[in-house]
Amino acid sequence: MRNRTAIWPALALTAPLVLFLACTYALPFLGVALWSVTLPELGTGQYQRLVGDPLVASVFVRTFRICLIVTVVAVAAAYAITYVWVRGSRLQRRVIEICIFVPFWISLLTRAFGWLALLSNRGLFNSWMQALGLIDGPLALVRNEPSVIAGMVHVLIPFAVLPLASAMRAVDERVLLAARGMGASRLRIFWSVFLPLTLPGVIGATLIVFVFSLGFFVTPAILGGGRSIMVAELVYLRMFQSPDWGLGAAISVALVIIVAALMALLSRFARLALTGGGK
Amino acid sequence: MTTRAVGIQAIGIGKSFGHFEALKDISLDIAPGEFLTLLGPSGSGKTTFLMVLAGFQAATAGRLLSDGTDITRSRAEDRSFGMVFQGYALFPHKTVAQNIAFPLQVRGMAREEIARRVDAIIARVGLVGHEKKRPTMLSGGQQQRVALARALVFEPPVLLLDEPFSALDKHLRGRMQEEVARLHGEFGTTFVFVTHDQSEALSLSSRIAIFNHGRLLQVGGPRDIYERPQSRFVAEFLGEINLLPVDEVGHCSLGTSGLFEGARLRAPRHDHVSGRAVLAVRPEHMSVGAEPPANGNGVAARLAGTTYLGAAMRLALATRNGTQLTVTLPSEAAGRVLTGGPDFWVTWSFDNGFLLPEQS
Repeated sequence: MRNRTAIWPALALTAPLVLFLACTYALPFLGVALWSVTLPELGTGQYQRLVGDPLVASVFVRTFRICLIVTVVAVAAAYAITYVWVRGSRLQRRVIEICIFVPFWISLLTRAFGWLALLSNRGLFNSWMQALGLIDGPLALVRNEPSVIAGMVHVLIPFAVLPLASAMRAVDERVLLAARGMGASRLRIFWSVFLPLTLPGVIGATLIVFVFSLGFFVTPAILGGGRSIMVAELVYLRMFQSPDWGLGAAISVALVIIVAALMALLSRFARLALTGGGK
Repeated sequence: MTTRAVGIQAIGIGKSFGHFEALKDISLDIAPGEFLTLLGPSGSGKTTFLMVLAGFQAATAGRLLSDGTDITRSRAEDRSFGMVFQGYALFPHKTVAQNIAFPLQVRGMAREEIARRVDAIIARVGLVGHEKKRPTMLSGGQQQRVALARALVFEPPVLLLDEPFSALDKHLRGRMQEEVARLHGEFGTTFVFVTHDQSEALSLSSRIAIFNHGRLLQVGGPRDIYERPQSRFVAEFLGEINLLPVDEVGHCSLGTSGLFEGARLRAPRHDHVSGRAVLAVRPEHMSVGAEPPANGNGVAARLAGTTYLGAAMRLALATRNGTQLTVTLPSEAAGRVLTGGPDFWVTWSFDNGFLLPEQS
């Protein structure tokens, strides 16, 4: 009885959000889903192209490859950064907060152009290296996969830092002291105690970063310079550069399904981590 | 399985955190194989001293010797004393057997030897059948046993215990105290135990060291400390005590005496007090009667209330000038006494009183 009375105000209060999402997201997405099976004619032809068309398939493969590398690099870097952030001195913590969270508020576009300014043929890096006489001509540092990866890692590290920090803060200091008291070295304590205890955070960070990276558009578009196209850019190209709305819609639907599946996986892991699998 | 026990000598140990002095000039000899309890209220420095012994915190003054070897600067991982933490600090991601095996793995022991020792100690602490469980699946008492087994399995020369029973209910606490006392007897290791519970300290220890405000006030056997405290703080901390303010303290061949509400009360000789002092008597050492006592050690008081405690009865009385007295009597004896009243004589044997300085 109490539950029943308590549930209605809760529903009433959340209803605007649900309505808003329905109008601005769910309905338009249903429209896109409709295009994917109706344009240019009724049928599943566009979905067959997802697998059959070598161009589309190669973009999917490249996207997954880039996203995997980005995820591994970003999570590993974030782990080290978070470790110092959570366990370091006050000065170290301040430096990390400035380096990680200030860029967080700066637009994606600005940061991508920042990388361009640094790495392009007439950018800071190449001109300084040439001025110093270390290289003869400019190195091709942008418009390739490594620069896309660097730009994406830069954007995604803060997203990995937050779940890792909560996992690291949950580690009981006395457990680490106990390991020391039993004669364990720092390295041993890290591998046998600290890392296993923060593994739920690593899994959470990995899924969050991977899911986010799949939909990246601005960073790969600018730093890839049209050479290493990822899925989101392909959707844009199909929609706006060539009249191929059906294929663009099918790719979008496929991407949403993949992301939804990963999110379901993520919430399962998050529950596991909460209900004592890890802690 | 008997371990070589080690004695520890603390010489003038001090520990400061900025301007705050957590430990001031602690000198204490811990004998090999003894069960020493560090007792004091929270913030008294007892846990800080344990952390200095363990090597988790560095002393800012003084020296620490282990069987004559200076270990003041050696790291916790090199001292390798066993430690049972408050809240146990078990590895939540490891099973019971893996938790206990960890210190042996750290020492690079062979797999079969580890398995043999882990099985042996699991049997000794009564955890057979729980080997594959995670700590979260165990009761408080079982987690406590895992913590003890993990701290003892590598046969450390010293076992440090930081308030190990604080999370247990009263019944379980009693059982685990017996268990710890048994393990101390069996292993023969030096035990250093921290608690704020004076009854726990009195029942378990071979010696007790009383801490307050970062100072070591008194060290001695439980009976010694309980019956012959050297300060008001120690007297009051170890249990309920009646304090009668006396003046005109004088010494004679028979002992020391002081004036309380016009009556001269006597106690064994205490040369270090003079002028004004307090005469201290434990409630269980007092009795109540209708007549003034023959030995002269008695004060007139009026009964203010009684509390029934089962085996004993607690009587609250007040003297003519309003000094509160508490007397505990066996229930049966109390029943006989309380037929009269409300004015009584509170009496005690000359040997059971002691004089303490007025201050402290």
